Amino acid sequence: MKDEIILSVINLTKKYNDLTAVDGISFDVYKGEIFGLLGPNGAGKTTTLEIMETLREKTSGEVLVDGLSVDKDQNQIKKIIGVQLQSAGYYPNLHLNELIELFSGLYNVKTDPKEILGIVDLQEKAESKYKDLSGGQKQRFSICTTLINTPKIIFLDEPTTGLDPQARRNLWELIKQIRENGTTVMLTTHYMDEAEILCDRVGIIDKGKIIIIDTPDNLIDDLINKGFERKKQIKTANLEDVFLNLTGHELRDE
Amino acid sequence: MNLEMNDNYSQIRAMLSLSKASLKALRRNPSAIIFNILFPLIFIIVFGFISEGRFSIEIAFMPGTDMNNVIIKNLKSVNSVKFIENLSGEDMLIELERGRIDAVISINKNADGNSIVLLKTSKASPERGNVFKLLLSDIVDKQNLADSKTEFPKNVLKEEIVEGRKFRTIDFILPGQLGFSLLSSGVFGTAFIFLSLRQTLVIKRFFATPVKKMYIILGESLSRLVFTISSSVIIILIGYFVFGFTLINGIVTFGNMLLLSVIAMIVFFGFGFIVSGIAKNEAAVPAIANLITLPQFLLAGTFFPISNFPEWLQPVSRVLPLTYLNGALRKISFEGAGLFDVKGDIFIMLIWGVVLYAVAVRVFKWE
Repeated sequence: MKDEIILSVINLTKKYNDLTAVDGISFDVYKGEIFGLLGPNGAGKTTTLEIMETLREKTSGEVLVDGLSVDKDQNQIKKIIGVQLQSAGYYPNLHLNELIELFSGLYNVKTDPKEILGIVDLQEKAESKYKDLSGGQKQRFSICTTLINTPKIIFLDEPTTGLDPQARRNLWELIKQIRENGTTVMLTTHYMDEAEILCDRVGIIDKGKIIIIDTPDNLIDDLINKGFERKKQIKTANLEDVFLNLTGHELRDE
Repeated sequence: MNLEMNDNYSQIRAMLSLSKASLKALRRNPSAIIFNILFPLIFIIVFGFISEGRFSIEIAFMPGTDMNNVIIKNLKSVNSVKFIENLSGEDMLIELERGRIDAVISINKNADGNSIVLLKTSKASPERGNVFKLLLSDIVDKQNLADSKTEFPKNVLKEEIVEGRKFRTIDFILPGQLGFSLLSSGVFGTAFIFLSLRQTLVIKRFFATPVKKMYIILGESLSRLVFTISSSVIIILIGYFVFGFTLINGIVTFGNMLLLSVIAMIVFFGFGFIVSGIAKNEAAVPAIANLITLPQFLLAGTFFPISNFPEWLQPVSRVLPLTYLNGALRKISFEGAGLFDVKGDIFIMLIWGVVLYAVAVRVFKWE
């Protein structure tokens, strides 16, 4: 089960005029895993993601989503993926349940807005507008819209950027829960703690190239085996632990 | 579940869900309601009070009139009188009945050598008809006085009043306001929504669903069409019941006006698509949109008949699409024309449509 490939990127290249944003990368994502694409800003994460989401044309290479090619089967792919865009807005002046109805129509599926909002713990916000939500609630709603068509794989682009520690942990739990329900998750992040806690495997990308792909554990062990040592011995807690210990894990959305 | 979805995916269903959502959003948007309904009504009220329609008196000469007669020369020196030419005698009388011209006169010498001035005025335009009668009799009297010094024949003025429907200011103002509200909704509304959907990446999120681009545009346009035509219904009904707007053939006229509004709206969407494509941000929309709507607001016969403008300006008016919408709406509402009778106006609007959409396809931006 773990070894069944759902997403295959083969020698993918994207050029904007002179700039090569993605430079011949290849990797596979397995069914049921959380795969993280890590890298600094401008490394090519979002471009790669958007090509997989059929939102951007590639220059060369091949991307197969559940065996479907992004060249020929764009519309079939759109039906089996869920997409959360970095900083995407939602139709103005609509309530969350109306937005869910809109997306249900766009996906041609029947949904119960209350039930689907319940998955991301927003049923009480059904009559609120997107713009009136807190940062964490906005991200949860964004993820909620990726689930409407019961996709095989969802793509999350920097889902926790800009959130406070409580909201980040809450979102991690949500993402794990989605995976538990059988959906593959592909995400990008530049937070290493997030990748370490959340991802089964990560690929590190820099200047358009994948440098390494492995589980977080293996990557850390390899580095230690090479004799790496932190300059300062790490304490068994960090400042974030202090912060959470003092302010609690409870969400501060409202 | 997915298989079933793949086989039966309906773009129409997706489109309608977008239209439905968009309509809900529009109903919650106060500025859309203000622009579509309140503004036109305010203009109708304000202009209904400050102007009783046209400012000049328009007259025509029956064919066969002795154009060398000294009375005509004197008439031509009066500034507020306009002479309408190139009408057949029959058309003159029709126009007179409709109140579009205020008087028809003929001047001919009879067997005795007297000049007989025959004046026809209409109940459709009693005030201006009367003013003209006074003006004319004054000229005739002066001429008689001048002529009495010599042994010249006398000039005799005879008057005849034809029946006519009363053409009220509202009958002129309402179609103009209706036309203009269609134009501004088509330009401003369309430009704003597509620009904002693009900038806030709402449309990009739509692209990640199976709906095709064209159906996003169709869905959004359909909702704006429904919203604007509903506003038109409200404006016409308030005009009819509160201000005595003339719907000459009742419900048929009403239906024809709405059908024409739909055609015009689809044409005007073209302006909106272009503006949304060339505007860099939301602040640029009003500037560009005003460039399109304001000249038409002023020159397309929204408030005054284009015949009131200086002659060098009139050709400009005759190019603008709103001129033809306004003209056709008036012909339908007051004269009972059907859509076929205004096919010339519709044709010119459609030519505009073809040009606008050809440009829109080139400048419209998705991202």
